[in-house]
Amino acid sequence: MAGSTPASATAETQALGRPAAPASLWADAWRRFKHHRLAYWSLWALGLLVLAVLLGPLVYKVGINDVDFKARLAPPSWQHPMGTDDLGRDLLARVLYGGRISLAVGMASMVVAIAVGVTIGAIAGMSRGWVDAFLMWITDLFLSMPQLPMLLVLIFFFRDGLKSLVGPEVGIFVLIVLVIGGFRWMPAARVVRAQFFSLREKEFVEAARALGASTQRQMVRHILPNSLGPVIVAATIDVAAAIILESTLSFLGLGFPPDIPTWGRLLFDAKDYLDIAMHWSLFPGLAIFITVLSISFVGDGLRDALDPRRVL
Amino acid sequence: MGNYLLRRLLIALPSLLGISLVLFTVLALAPGDPFEELATNPAVPPEVRLALRAQLGLDDPVWQRYLHWLSSMLQGNWGFSFVSRIDVDTLILQRLPVTIAIVGSAVILGLVVALPVGILAAVKPYSWFDRIASTLAFIGFSLPTFFIGLLFILLFSIELGWLPFVFRADLSETGWRWWIEQFKQSVMPVTVLGMAFAASWMRYVRSSVLDVVRLDYVATARSKGLSERVVILKHATRNALIPVVTLVALQLPQLFGGAIVTEQIFRIPGIGSLLIDAILRNDTPVIMAVTFVLSALVILFNLLADVLYGWLDPRISYR
Repeated sequence: MAGSTPASATAETQALGRPAAPASLWADAWRRFKHHRLAYWSLWALGLLVLAVLLGPLVYKVGINDVDFKARLAPPSWQHPMGTDDLGRDLLARVLYGGRISLAVGMASMVVAIAVGVTIGAIAGMSRGWVDAFLMWITDLFLSMPQLPMLLVLIFFFRDGLKSLVGPEVGIFVLIVLVIGGFRWMPAARVVRAQFFSLREKEFVEAARALGASTQRQMVRHILPNSLGPVIVAATIDVAAAIILESTLSFLGLGFPPDIPTWGRLLFDAKDYLDIAMHWSLFPGLAIFITVLSISFVGDGLRDALDPRRVL
Repeated sequence: MGNYLLRRLLIALPSLLGISLVLFTVLALAPGDPFEELATNPAVPPEVRLALRAQLGLDDPVWQRYLHWLSSMLQGNWGFSFVSRIDVDTLILQRLPVTIAIVGSAVILGLVVALPVGILAAVKPYSWFDRIASTLAFIGFSLPTFFIGLLFILLFSIELGWLPFVFRADLSETGWRWWIEQFKQSVMPVTVLGMAFAASWMRYVRSSVLDVVRLDYVATARSKGLSERVVILKHATRNALIPVVTLVALQLPQLFGGAIVTEQIFRIPGIGSLLIDAILRNDTPVIMAVTFVLSALVILFNLLADVLYGWLDPRISYR
């Protein structure tokens, strides 16, 4: 498939210097990805953000719960780069800490959603007849459920149970991840099923079948790797959607408990102080916005890059 | 046509049943007892509590309880709100019109923005207009509704003082003053919601018009000497709208989610804020009924989309 794209200017200069390595599918995708300027820079922005969130609390050593009543609702200054909240807690520290949780929720929910979606889509795509029909009925059923109300209801009903089982922080994390993942797998399932339907009839799968590969082997070794492109795109979008959903839940007061400052939670606490301390809601909101925007652009770039039929 | 509608209805019914089943399973699996309040109330003796349990069928097997719940839902007996002490269906009927008005206006606003912008962007792909519109669309759906809502309040209510930021259902004004006040308090929620819709729909419209304008029949229409306006609007757009209708219908569940958030920010007394209040106050009958009503609305709109689909695309006959 790599041969379908004509050599670009960069590939030629490479050939002059050292023997050109055979362009792998991934190197090709990377080259196409870099052409998408916005996506490329978004990837950098996202990488910086992840680094800041991971390493920031190690460098910026201000506790998220250090109360300073002398500096309540202080606007941004050198001492508190993002200002403080109503108890005088440093917002930069809280935004950095909240970013860890928001990104972790986004990634974990994506893993859940993709795992469920790929499994269901692969089973539906491989088996014809009533299994496929039933699984697709389930998918349609989940698609026609109002997502946010269901999330709220599930969290409402199961919050206390899980809290007593594994502790408040882990409990609500697991619950939010499972619930968001449980309501985001449908697009992946549909995409994978559609991919399986077309790939199943391709010659290379037929060849594998003729060589005596079992159905399982055909699925795992031959079809699945070839259907990964759209799945990766769907996964990227899922991360962004999960971050927005988590912050929405926290914003409605039904996400993480008050002592865990996720971005949505910070906005929820800040919204009553909008008139006197707008910096409080501005920074967490901007953090969500920048993260989601760069993930969306990366997703858009991946969509272009992972479609080998496209020549860019 | 009647036959087709009937068949679609017959397909919609199992989905509704499935959703009711899911909802009930959630309720049945959930830890916690709806009778907890009575159990901890010292004024209620244990015998009375047990008798009440038996009378209300709480000790029956799960499937019996489901059938019981379903039949009373179907008979319009939706229960009694623990908090506000009135029937759930009355409560919902009080709140639903506001939500439908806000969501309906937002959908119209979203379409009014998304259709022309999407079509114009597709007619001249990769032009400056297209680039700016697409970038704005990306920004639009990356901004969470609650954040943009807060920004609006900050700008228009607090800084400029133009618009009220608390929605009042009981406006004291009458006549045309009422309409003005109503308009002023609806502008921000409808815009916030409508822009969120417009951002994602614009991209659908653009890509689907882009798919269609390259087809041969559009070239034929052009070569017949039709004006560009007629070619785009009558020939290309109508066909391009077919997938858009499906996508918009598929997004309806999220649309109600957006409405919940907007109602919460602007304190609109609609069905979404009813749900949030009920959840924060453990009002189980209201939670169940509101979720069920929202699911039913989604299925209803999917049905409408199917009918619209058939009207837009005569190839899908009403067999």
